[in-house]
Amino acid sequence: MNTPPFDLLPQLLKGAGVTLQVTGLTAVVALILSFLVAFARMAPMRLLRGAATVYVEVLRGTSAIVQLFYLFFILPAFGLSMGPLTTAVIGLGMNMSAYGSEVVRAGFTAVPRNQSEAAAALALNRVQTYRLVIIPQALVIMMPSFGNLLIELIKATSLVSLITLTELTFSGRQMVVTTGRSFQVWGLVLLIYFLMAYPLTRLVGRIERYAARFR
Amino acid sequence: MFELGFAISLIPEMLRGLWVTMIATFGGFALALLVGSLLEAGRRSGVSALQSVCNGYITFVRCTPLLVQLYFVFYVLPAYGIRFRALTTGIICLGLHIGAYIAEVYRSGIDAVGKGQWDASRSLGLPLFATWRHVIIPQALPPMLPPLGNFFIGLFKETPLLAAITVIDVFGTANAIAGRTFRYNEPYTVAALMLLAISLLAAYGQRRLERRFAKAEG
Repeated sequence: MNTPPFDLLPQLLKGAGVTLQVTGLTAVVALILSFLVAFARMAPMRLLRGAATVYVEVLRGTSAIVQLFYLFFILPAFGLSMGPLTTAVIGLGMNMSAYGSEVVRAGFTAVPRNQSEAAAALALNRVQTYRLVIIPQALVIMMPSFGNLLIELIKATSLVSLITLTELTFSGRQMVVTTGRSFQVWGLVLLIYFLMAYPLTRLVGRIERYAARFR
Repeated sequence: MFELGFAISLIPEMLRGLWVTMIATFGGFALALLVGSLLEAGRRSGVSALQSVCNGYITFVRCTPLLVQLYFVFYVLPAYGIRFRALTTGIICLGLHIGAYIAEVYRSGIDAVGKGQWDASRSLGLPLFATWRHVIIPQALPPMLPPLGNFFIGLFKETPLLAAITVIDVFGTANAIAGRTFRYNEPYTVAALMLLAISLLAAYGQRRLERRFAKAEG
């Protein structure tokens, strides 16, 4: 109990590196999927719209951890087996995209209709309207929500410790087993998560103020 | 790959797990409502030390994962002689975690009540307690219901994490069955369907409740 906790740090920081890696990869996958799903939900084809709605409702209606277990333990039985990192990135990416697609949708609907009318009056074509008028405004509206989702994602990556990926939480469990110093280990793990997420919350606050200027 | 008969035979055991999930959900949410109001009361107390503690708590809890908080409470407290059952630990953690989010809901709900309402209450000579009870809270509550409903459903979806600290909820039951029979598809599918059914049902109930309140507001 009296040993200073510094000897635990190298292993935990290595885990934190994996956490950041998973967060970064997942964020990219989730961002791309978010836009695809949002466009599918706004598409004129009914079948596509329906499929996207089911995707969002199912992923938001069940827990991320259940979805990860599904990918990790059940897909291999159907001959599709992925490593823990791939499973983590795909599983969390799909889960986050269900929330992200709603952000995208809300962002596009929040751009006032008269903006596209004005673009039409200026004789901009469809692509120009989207590229120069709609998308820039929608992106600014989406940014704070995406920032919040990123914070949620950092915390959600702790779940992938349960599918054997050696990230921060998993390293913590290993260190508890080998050293038995559970207070120091879990205290440090909490602290490291905090140090990763807190600066982001400040950043999101700034982005919110920036975005508010365009209202 | 998926045997319907086997899946159906699991339902009674899974329902017992689901019952534990519901206990954790309702217990955790009740505690979260309480923790949230204590935190919000602390932030409005005017005592600056208490305000900093409450703000610090909320920031820290919101910036760290629930799973690690569960591990911290579950594995650290017993070392200091404090022992709870796993389910009790889970409910306490859920309450402490979601309470930090609910404090924010309370805050924005209360802040949304116009300043003129406070002034009017004071000019009517209403005491502080009566102001809260008859003027502020009745107006602050309806706008809080949608976000509170979201956090209730969110908390419900967090409960499978309790399986990580040995609670036999619906997900813990699925884990146990999978470990015993080496069949993963059926137990996890049944667990996922149960979770999905309840969260869709809860979302439907929430929409109806909101509509009723919207009507009552006129």
